[in-house]
Amino acid sequence: MIELRDVHKRFGKQVVLDGVNFSVQEGETVALLGPSGTGKSVLLKHIIGLIHPDSGTIIVDDKDVVRLKRHELAELRSHIGYVFQNGALFDSDNVFENVRLGITDDKCYRDLDYARERVAECIKLVNLPPETVDKFPAQLSGGMRKRVGIARAIAGRPKYLLYDEPTSGLDPVNADVIDELVRTLAETLGVTGVMVTHDVRGAFRTANRLALLTGGKIVQQGTPKEFLASQDPTVREFLERDFHNATIAA
Amino acid sequence: MATEVLALPRVVGRWFLNATSHVGRVAMMVADLVRSLNEVRIWLPRTFAEAWNIGVGSLFIVLLISGFAGGVTALQARYQFTGTIPIYYLAGVIVESIVLELGPVLTGLILAGRIGARYAAELGTMRVTEQIDALESLGRSPSSHLIIPRVLAGLIMIPVLTVFADVMGIGAGWFSMKLVLPISDADFAYGARTFWRPFDATYSIIKAFFFAACITVISCYMGFNTQQGAEGVGRSTTGAVVSSSVMILLLDVILTKLLLNQ
Repeated sequence: MIELRDVHKRFGKQVVLDGVNFSVQEGETVALLGPSGTGKSVLLKHIIGLIHPDSGTIIVDDKDVVRLKRHELAELRSHIGYVFQNGALFDSDNVFENVRLGITDDKCYRDLDYARERVAECIKLVNLPPETVDKFPAQLSGGMRKRVGIARAIAGRPKYLLYDEPTSGLDPVNADVIDELVRTLAETLGVTGVMVTHDVRGAFRTANRLALLTGGKIVQQGTPKEFLASQDPTVREFLERDFHNATIAA
Repeated sequence: MATEVLALPRVVGRWFLNATSHVGRVAMMVADLVRSLNEVRIWLPRTFAEAWNIGVGSLFIVLLISGFAGGVTALQARYQFTGTIPIYYLAGVIVESIVLELGPVLTGLILAGRIGARYAAELGTMRVTEQIDALESLGRSPSSHLIIPRVLAGLIMIPVLTVFADVMGIGAGWFSMKLVLPISDADFAYGARTFWRPFDATYSIIKAFFFAACITVISCYMGFNTQQGAEGVGRSTTGAVVSSSVMILLLDVILTKLLLNQ
């Protein structure tokens, strides 16, 4: 379970998170929606301890992320897969080495036969051709990079998957492929997921629950149907543009 | 008027706080490096690769510049001292100038530009493209994967390159002297030996080692703490080269005072 209690964060004079309360139950996928620059990615980075809050508590797997020691945080991170917005693949390594780095168990990482098998398995799960493993990130398209990023995130068999804008910048066909992939991974691997996105349609297709972050606070949480029924003006305003698509997806 | 009077202390105060914060963060980075030294399996292979890259990649430019420095030193020594001191003394001037000063300092400055800029740009790009965050998110230590190999490779290879620079500088100086002055090889060797102390070679390597630490730590720190996209990478790279160069010159004075003028 992931839980954020009264989390505050500011960068200089800019208040980004202003008392965020947010929780994700085991096995569910929650889409975190919100306009650009509201701190969705910042919130996601708090969950994995890449950013520390000014105040508040972050609990992941019954552990207080802020109070963990270096090695304890590394251990916790080995159970969390993080999909970065632009893939964040290591330029100097090929796809095999990139995905292999996602195998967080050190013994398995060093076992080359296991690593080859696991990398091939993950590459297949994200619908990439097997020969992709020999390519370098610069030789891949945007959609392929995102999928390699997902393959790396799942290589360590994580309990939690955090997606930062997995479909941004993609054409609708590739965005649908990624959405489908997120849903399949949740169903087949049973992982708990948090997906930061702008894409209302994709969020309604993939998530069990949605949360809207705006003005540094979570203003609405609920199932897709509850979201559509919401009379909150902020939610209505946010959904208005994609209302038709969201209704179809829901 | 009052605002103008207050402006200077405010600027100085801000500069002092900024400098103190950098010193503190560098110290924390070094402490983190020391803590990560037990992950030998991670950093050792990467250190060899980095050492090979910077050693082989920098050898030509180091030899070229130290060769020119040796040649020019010989020609200037001839211009300044001919007719005032015995000709074989010039050999001592050349060898001591190269080994004590020009070899390590020029090598340090060249490598501050070459390696310092490269490290800061590489790590800065990795920071702004979230590759460093990705490494941390996988539960892996950026220190053992990225920083220790770069710092150790520099600490090993920069003194080695300095030895090459010293030898090349002396060789070029010897060759230049023979072109412009009637000096035999035996006279050159005699002159060089007259002023030579065994500690001179050690001093040259000690200086190179300190310069290496300053170049690698500063450039890794700058790159690792890059912010704000491409502009930030540019700022870190320039900052790494300028700060390393200034620190090399400052260390040069301090080490000369401590080791040669006790």
